[in-house]
Amino acid sequence: MQNFSVFDIIGPRMIGPSSSHTAGAARLAHVAWKLAGGDVKRAELTLYGSFAETGRGHGTDKALVAGILGMEPDDENLRVSIELAKERGVDVRIIFSDEPVEQPNTARIKTVNSKGEVSELVGASVGGGNILVTELNGMKLKFTGEYPTLVIRHHDVPGVINNVTGILAKEQINVAFMRVFRHARRQDAYMIIETDTPVPQRTKDLINDWCSEITEVKTL
Amino acid sequence: MSYEFRTGEELLALCKQENLPISAVMLKSELEREEHDAETLHEEMRKNLLTMRHSVLIGLRDTQVTVSGLMGGDAELLYAYADKALCGSRTSRAAAASMAVLEVNASMGKIVAAPTAGASGVLPGTLLTCAEDFSWDDEMLINALYTAGAIGAIIATNASISGASGGCQAETGSAAAMAAAALVELSGGTPEAAIHAAAIALKNVMGLVCDPVAGLVECPCIKRNAIGAANALLSADLALAGIRSVIPFDEVVIAMKNVGRLMNSDLRETARGGLAATPTAKALRKKLGLHGAEQE
Repeated sequence: MQNFSVFDIIGPRMIGPSSSHTAGAARLAHVAWKLAGGDVKRAELTLYGSFAETGRGHGTDKALVAGILGMEPDDENLRVSIELAKERGVDVRIIFSDEPVEQPNTARIKTVNSKGEVSELVGASVGGGNILVTELNGMKLKFTGEYPTLVIRHHDVPGVINNVTGILAKEQINVAFMRVFRHARRQDAYMIIETDTPVPQRTKDLINDWCSEITEVKTL
Repeated sequence: MSYEFRTGEELLALCKQENLPISAVMLKSELEREEHDAETLHEEMRKNLLTMRHSVLIGLRDTQVTVSGLMGGDAELLYAYADKALCGSRTSRAAAASMAVLEVNASMGKIVAAPTAGASGVLPGTLLTCAEDFSWDDEMLINALYTAGAIGAIIATNASISGASGGCQAETGSAAAMAAAALVELSGGTPEAAIHAAAIALKNVMGLVCDPVAGLVECPCIKRNAIGAANALLSADLALAGIRSVIPFDEVVIAMKNVGRLMNSDLRETARGGLAATPTAKALRKKLGLHGAEQE
């Protein structure tokens, strides 16, 4: 059984009407926005399951667009996000899919930033505004975005993990949770490190520069 | 010593042992988590209170148009009528304020989930209405939100606060229980009386199903927040008058959980049963261009 914080009960502050269909959707897309480096020029948002069924009535489409524009779930502009996207020249395509999915409130968020970099995230809203990212750029993985998170793409070779945790130790950043996901031995892999304190740019650069097997470092 | 508690009984024991109100025990337990210092916690809860007050004001001042266009304006109607109300001005204004928050929520305005978005009207509606009448200041109200949080945390730990797992009893029932306990503490009642008020409020709506028309947080949610406010006020009054719940709070919570388990999934937020399955609801769903009943 969980030990609830008072703010799990009184909160979050959010734009209605639904913590799962609105606030959770906004949070999920906000993660996609951060992974795109806070810079989204084009986005393709696909809604599945209950998101597709009742998403329009719950503003799920607006919440997802708000998220990829960088809005938090309590941003009053959430309800006019689609108009704001147009104003800012962000090209958004929304698809309601009837394809079956494992989790009822699932969305696939594909973003292209101004450098032309493509990123694709799949995740679900799992209740109370909480989310679970289940896929990133084709890799099955799991993280919640509740903690400051380091997302590191690397080659699956010995020593990479040691290098990264070594840097974090030197920078006095405590690891709360850590998991590694890979396609197959010696191929592309992702390291997801959830920390107690946010990871500063300097640490990100250190990780990027010191380990040649690391191809991408993102923070949430 | 530890201020952690999982049940009403454990919470009451801590209150008695330390001679503290529920709010103070909850605050100490929150500080024990060592995630935030006292100042940050206070600021965060103050922001919640201010957002709650704002949602009541906006909801009563402006006519809200909900996403579906089905609802809106009911809070204003009740508020304007309150002086003539059979159940009295205060209860009617509290119910109107609760509906106001839900109308803001259904119009994609900003609210504080308490414990959920669908039940977010009861706590601000009752607390802020009574605060005006009894001149309760913001410090008292911030503490009262901790009292409410303690009750909600116990229900979430031992049962559920989600309509999808426990029906509306778990949402507006929990909200009413939380508000009732907070109102008792604000009125100078003992922690024991506050726990009895929470038990009575939950008992009053045991078995209430979650049956949102067209799957939207509008009908019957907005009016269920009105009745939730009345439930909270009456339950607080019963406890303050010295009336005790025959069934202890912790047993009521477990009973609520078991009733939730007995509920067919059609009656737990899927919009397949109850009011959602009526001919009018089906016609509305079709008119709004929403799909058929959701599959779980």
